[in-house]
Amino acid sequence: MNEIAANVLKGEPRSIARLISYAENGDVKASKAMKEIHFSTGKAHVVGITGVMGGGKSTLICEITREFRKKGKKVGIIAIDPTSPFSGGALLGDRVRMMELTMDKGVFIRSMGTRGMLGGLTSAVYDVVEILDASGKDIILIETVGVGQAEVDVIKIADTTLVVLVPGLGDSIQAIKAGVMEIADIFIINKADKSGVDQTVAEVESLVDLECSNKERRTPVIKTIAKENNGITEVINRIEEHKKYLKISKEFDIKRKKRYEAELVEIIRKRLMNFIFDESKFKDGIELLIDQIYNKEIDPYSAADKILGKILK
Amino acid sequence: MNKKIRVLIAKPGLDGHDRGAKIVARALRNAGMEVIYTGLHQTAEMIVETAIQEDVDVIGLSLLSGAHMTLFTDVTKLLKEKNIEDIIVLGGGIIPEQDIPKLKKEGITGVFGPGTHTEEIIEFIHKNVKS
Repeated sequence: MNEIAANVLKGEPRSIARLISYAENGDVKASKAMKEIHFSTGKAHVVGITGVMGGGKSTLICEITREFRKKGKKVGIIAIDPTSPFSGGALLGDRVRMMELTMDKGVFIRSMGTRGMLGGLTSAVYDVVEILDASGKDIILIETVGVGQAEVDVIKIADTTLVVLVPGLGDSIQAIKAGVMEIADIFIINKADKSGVDQTVAEVESLVDLECSNKERRTPVIKTIAKENNGITEVINRIEEHKKYLKISKEFDIKRKKRYEAELVEIIRKRLMNFIFDESKFKDGIELLIDQIYNKEIDPYSAADKILGKILK
Repeated sequence: MNKKIRVLIAKPGLDGHDRGAKIVARALRNAGMEVIYTGLHQTAEMIVETAIQEDVDVIGLSLLSGAHMTLFTDVTKLLKEKNIEDIIVLGGGIIPEQDIPKLKKEGITGVFGPGTHTEEIIEFIHKNVKS
């Protein structure tokens, strides 16, 4: 077996970290190890945490992790922050709220930039979930970038999705309900010591009434004050209840297959993009075509046919 | 392949002055790097553990309390103990001139005091990180 893959299976932190980097960078060393570790994955329960910016997602993750640790579960955390589309750099600051987890050997935290992906995730997140799963983590928590209206990709990868809201959003719940409000398996109203909490809970509950009227399971709405560890046990209980529900209702199989579909599509997409844009023979051709489009010598559709023709034949 | 330089910016010990660290963090981000910021009051053990999990190329330590001789070298000693040789350690803050050679001897490759232009740090990182 590949050395780095073998060390990941043993749960060795430096190998886990290095393989994640290889996957992020699209290094050829990644795919070799990824091929081997897949057969040791599938045990971890993946929880996505998404919601408004400043909603306390990092603090919640810290508290949820501590609660799972009390039960002896090993936890992997993937904290995603936006990459600047201009500089390509990123400031990854989610660890500030998770400092007390740093020295816990049963916790592995990795901060990631979105690196050009929209939807609240990053392209390598599927690989990182597989790596953490293979390394023996029981729970994997994914913190997405703060959402607006379209960052709903987390459901492609999470078994259980938590949507975090705070009191006082008022009508903005209406604004974000399309999409973001539909992906929740559990709603969390964090910072429940703030005024307006009852109104927010009532609004969310009424949305849930509409959404879940003909469904088997009603999406729970939980109040928490993460920084005081208030309501966290309820969150853990609900995650475990949802996990059981997935197994009984067979929804688990559907979700997992959807995740692998998304992962497969992402691998193919990345390879094709690299093939088209990184191979120099194509790159020169593309620049020439752009000039021709600009000079009205060719239209963009015919130019695309030309490039794809080379690959598809 | 598309490798990004990853940098951990950390404040060891009991020092609450993080303006400089944050400015450097932002400058490195604007230079296209991924910067992990961990906040205040880090122990050497926490810094090294974070550097391992985040697989960083560079650790930037910032300290204005005067305890740099102990706290900076605690980090490099721990890295050596764990056989981690591929991470560059930089130091910044109020560092007296006469301490700089001693720090460099202890493995703090670059020391940047007040008035350093952020471009200088960026250039240093680009020059010293293997791509």
